[in-house]
Amino acid sequence: MLALEGLEFAWSAGSPALRFADVQAGQGAQVLLRGPSGSGKSTLLALIAGLLTPRAGRVVVAGTDVGALPRGARDAWRGQALGFVPQRLHLSESLTVAENLALPFVACGVPVDHARIRALLDRLGLGELAARRPHELSVGQAQRVALARALMRRPRVLLADEPTANLDDPMSATVLDLLAEAARETEATLVIATHDARVAARLPNTRVLELGA
Amino acid sequence: MRLIALAWRYLWARPLVAALNLALLALGVGAMSFVVLVSEQVEYSVQRDLAGIDLVVGAKGSPLQLILAGVFHLDVPTGNIPLETVATLREHPLVARVVPLSLGDSFKGHRIVGSTPDYLALYGAQLAEGALWQDKLQAVLGADAVRDTALAVGGRFVGTHGLGNNGEAHGDTPYTVTGRLARCGCVLDRLVLTGLESVWVVHETTMAMDDEDRKLLEAEREVTLLLVGYRSPLAAASLPRWVNAQEGLQAAAPALESARLLRMVGAGTDVLRGFGVVLLLAAAASVFVGLVHAVREREPDLAMLRMLGAPPRRVAVLVLAEALWLALLGALLGLALGQGLTGLLGWELARQRSLHVTGWWWSAQQAWLLAGTMALAVLAALWPAWRALRLDVSRLMQAPR
Repeated sequence: MLALEGLEFAWSAGSPALRFADVQAGQGAQVLLRGPSGSGKSTLLALIAGLLTPRAGRVVVAGTDVGALPRGARDAWRGQALGFVPQRLHLSESLTVAENLALPFVACGVPVDHARIRALLDRLGLGELAARRPHELSVGQAQRVALARALMRRPRVLLADEPTANLDDPMSATVLDLLAEAARETEATLVIATHDARVAARLPNTRVLELGA
Repeated sequence: MRLIALAWRYLWARPLVAALNLALLALGVGAMSFVVLVSEQVEYSVQRDLAGIDLVVGAKGSPLQLILAGVFHLDVPTGNIPLETVATLREHPLVARVVPLSLGDSFKGHRIVGSTPDYLALYGAQLAEGALWQDKLQAVLGADAVRDTALAVGGRFVGTHGLGNNGEAHGDTPYTVTGRLARCGCVLDRLVLTGLESVWVVHETTMAMDDEDRKLLEAEREVTLLLVGYRSPLAAASLPRWVNAQEGLQAAAPALESARLLRMVGAGTDVLRGFGVVLLLAAAASVFVGLVHAVREREPDLAMLRMLGAPPRRVAVLVLAEALWLALLGALLGLALGQGLTGLLGWELARQRSLHVTGWWWSAQQAWLLAGTMALAVLAALWPAWRALRLDVSRLMQAPR
């Protein structure tokens, strides 16, 4: 499902290149990108998402060489194939929970699937919160909304950037369980970038890719 | 939810800024729309009331005053001229038509104009009810005069001396209403029309001490103005000169004087229009600053949209759509404001029995105003949209915010 092959990236022509180990992760697999700040975890996530173009090597998701896609097609592909849970969640305060969940459709210019939104709200226990604004949610509820948004278009790969940062132990465990369960149910490949040791402990069957080592 | 709906939500995410921008846009568009509506209607009224009148002849004085008094019934006349002038001009080979007018009295602010049925024919006026005057002290009322005086056919009224409301009432010579005119949208709407004889009789009755007096006054009958139509365009070159050479007579060409009048009014409208332009430019600057801040504040939202699959141009269109919402709302509010102000002015002018101006007037220039406002908003949104287009998504997604 996800393959990283000979991947290298540099921010500019003269700057030193970041080199990443090759990875082959099948459907439903879990990959942990672990390393200290500045080790390239988020950069690798951006490469997988097609937001950055590698200097060498390639990222292949479900048979698609992401770097080979034209820029416009890469955006459409990302909207369809990837789900992303950012560290700061980035839920829009201008919109309700339900409207935030409509954004994956609006972003791609496709009709909003209200049934899918309702189903995911119910599945993640957010059914009563659809009309609320993000600031009216608890941290855990907001995490679940961000997860629902990432799952909205049934992604092949689910990316999560530092999902447990600033969370206490119980909340961290809840979020990781939710991510793993959602990935399992949708058979998506789960890629988590973190420097938090609790993540590997909570997800023991995860393949760990050490960065900056 | 579509992109346009998302832009709407983003617009109202900062209600104070949106309201300020809307107010500025509405004021600018409103001021310009008001100028357009009023100047168009004044110009239309002027052209319509000229009604093919080539020359106005009256007593010596200001030509513009002659036109204002004789054609638009907005000013006092310069004086009277001998009745014989009517015959003299009618016999002139360059003159096709002479319509005499006698002014001097009014009823509840509406001028009583003594004339002949030719005056009504000039404007193609039709009776809505009743008949034209057949005898002295019979009158026909224009549509506004009927509305303001609530007089019906068969009703009687007494004119007051002078063109204001404070004159002495001619109580001995009441008029009888024989008809009312259908609304013509012209100067006749606000007049009380009667025969020349009526005006003379009213004043002779007031002034004459005895029959001898009355006979003397009858022998010195006058009219106030003559509305002249040329037999040939060549008359424009020589007839005014000929009239001005006659003792006590003054000629005024309505086309020239009204053009002069519109130029004078135009200076005022130019100031108002300039004011509107300044307001619109201030609004554009405000929209620009507002959008720059909005894009900066909303960078994470926009980056998230990109992350969710939105191409850069879609994010830029979102910013443009927000500006277009503002422009559309501001322009519509401004147009409504313009109509409202024009209606208010029309109400005040109607109260003063002056020009007919209405808020129910639409101008093609307003469509241009709407389009211009939208274009201005797009212009103001170009730079913020460009910033949105060039968002560094990977940086924004990484940085803790």
